[in-house]
Amino acid sequence: MEPLLEVRELRTHFFSRAGVVRAVDGISFRLDRGEILGLVGESGCGKSVSSLSLMRLVDRPGRIVSGEIVFEGRNLLALSKEEMRRLRGNRLAMIFQEPMSSMNPVFTTGSQIAEAILVHERVSRGEARERTIRLMRLVGIPDPERRFRQFPHQFSGGMLQRMMVAMALACNPSVLIADEPVTALDVTIQAQILDLIKELRDRTGASILLITHDMGVVAETCDRVAVMYLGKIVEMGPLASIFETPKHPYTVGLFASIPRLEETVEWLQPIPGTVPSPLNLPTGCRFFSRCPHAMPRCAETEPPTVETAAGHQVACFLYESGGPA
Amino acid sequence: MKWFRTLPNNLWAFARDYKLAAVGGALVLLFVGVAALAPQLAPYDPDTVSLRESLARPSPRHWLGQDNQGRDLLSRIIFGARMSLYISVSSIGMGALFGVALGMLAAYYRRLDMAIMRLMDVVLAFPGIIVALTTIAILGRSITNVIIAIGIYHIPQFARLAHGLTLTIKETVFVEGARASGESDAAILTRYILPNCLAPIIVQTSLLIPGAIMTAATLSFLGLGVPPPTAEWGSMLQNSLQWAQLAPHVMIVPGLALMLAVFGFNVLGDGLRDAMDPRLKKR
Repeated sequence: MEPLLEVRELRTHFFSRAGVVRAVDGISFRLDRGEILGLVGESGCGKSVSSLSLMRLVDRPGRIVSGEIVFEGRNLLALSKEEMRRLRGNRLAMIFQEPMSSMNPVFTTGSQIAEAILVHERVSRGEARERTIRLMRLVGIPDPERRFRQFPHQFSGGMLQRMMVAMALACNPSVLIADEPVTALDVTIQAQILDLIKELRDRTGASILLITHDMGVVAETCDRVAVMYLGKIVEMGPLASIFETPKHPYTVGLFASIPRLEETVEWLQPIPGTVPSPLNLPTGCRFFSRCPHAMPRCAETEPPTVETAAGHQVACFLYESGGPA
Repeated sequence: MKWFRTLPNNLWAFARDYKLAAVGGALVLLFVGVAALAPQLAPYDPDTVSLRESLARPSPRHWLGQDNQGRDLLSRIIFGARMSLYISVSSIGMGALFGVALGMLAAYYRRLDMAIMRLMDVVLAFPGIIVALTTIAILGRSITNVIIAIGIYHIPQFARLAHGLTLTIKETVFVEGARASGESDAAILTRYILPNCLAPIIVQTSLLIPGAIMTAATLSFLGLGVPPPTAEWGSMLQNSLQWAQLAPHVMIVPGLALMLAVFGFNVLGDGLRDAMDPRLKKR
């Protein structure tokens, strides 16, 4: 089946005075219809820049240097600014991390969702209002008629994130990018919002790119997972396959550093070393300096991406000939 | 209209916490009221000459006395208030309109930043009165040109304020969200950035009005402002100079009016600034 969104060798670099930061450096993935893909990685690995690149919202000094983003058969990077603006919020929508600062404080929340509809569709104000109230009901906001007239500061974080989900869904997007949508919320509310996102995927058939640093969120929500490290996707595959048989030493290290209920361990196993400066990336494999299985050639050449199981890809020399030596 | 119902309470709370500002507010209200109702309040036509009563002292018929041409000083002060208010509000309004637009554009489109803000710095480098004098020298002497002259000097002050505010607001998540939902630049500037930087701009306006009143009076005093015989406080002061020893009231009356109006705006502006700045909140 033709994927809904396909990213090929996307590179987004930041040109700062201190040098070039290769925040996203050649990532490729596809997003199928109705699928939830998790993009995981630690702070600064390029997750958010990847999502902003998909929306073409990267600001100076950042720039998309090369690659292709094919969405519904069109390369987004070849579109004019105006064509791209018409897609944003319409076919491609986005939810941000902090619900409390995601809405304009001087207008009512309802009017802002209605505005999101009016930007893209020729409907009357009354009809936009009707649709907004229906959306608010869909995302589980009680008493939507009254809530419509309230300002962002009158909402709780969880309710406001529901409003943001409603706003993102305003024009029935086929791709929803959720950049850390639950990070700023507490755990019970997190579960509610994640359930809401899954339920909406089932109901509207939208594909979701979920960006997070939280493996628990991934386990709960995603169908497939891509693990990012320093601007590259090091491992990607179906959820079960990644969680049960992580292949890349970085992914293995990530799992070893998460506490588990079912095992009693004295100490968690951290990944040794620190993330290298993005200004001065190592040649060869980027995980080389911290990798327990580092080999001389890892320092020289970039490891190829190999497929170890159906749909499970990993960028590491260990798996070049079928498994770790 | 919730704010409308709570307004009396809010005003009362403001007056209680900022007493000096409340006095200023009363003076400003008086000034604006007098200016608005000038034709109804003035007992005489401000321009009617009566040479037999030249420099007459205050009397029951002319409460504040008469000037060297026998014109009623009270009426001239009242119409002078109207002129001062008209000039100061129009010139600050003009400065705010162009300044805020330029400042927002400079901050939003980084390409324009250097050109616009450095030009503003150039204007700001000169003292206000020099800019105003030069503008009058180029455009000629009329009320409109006085407004333009004072307005031009205030453009950079508003531009700087709006520039700084826009730089902060355009980095907020809700502006990024607006872009992600496909809003155009024009919509982001007018619906997201402008409403969120309005409060400091309003305070700035009230703080700059007294300066504009002074500058207008100064221009008239120097003979480059409102052309005679129109009643204007600055030109009344200038005219009074020759008779200062003979009839001091001719000088004191417009001087006092000018002082009270400027004082009123200044303390009101200070109070508003403090009240709107949560860090300086008294309670």
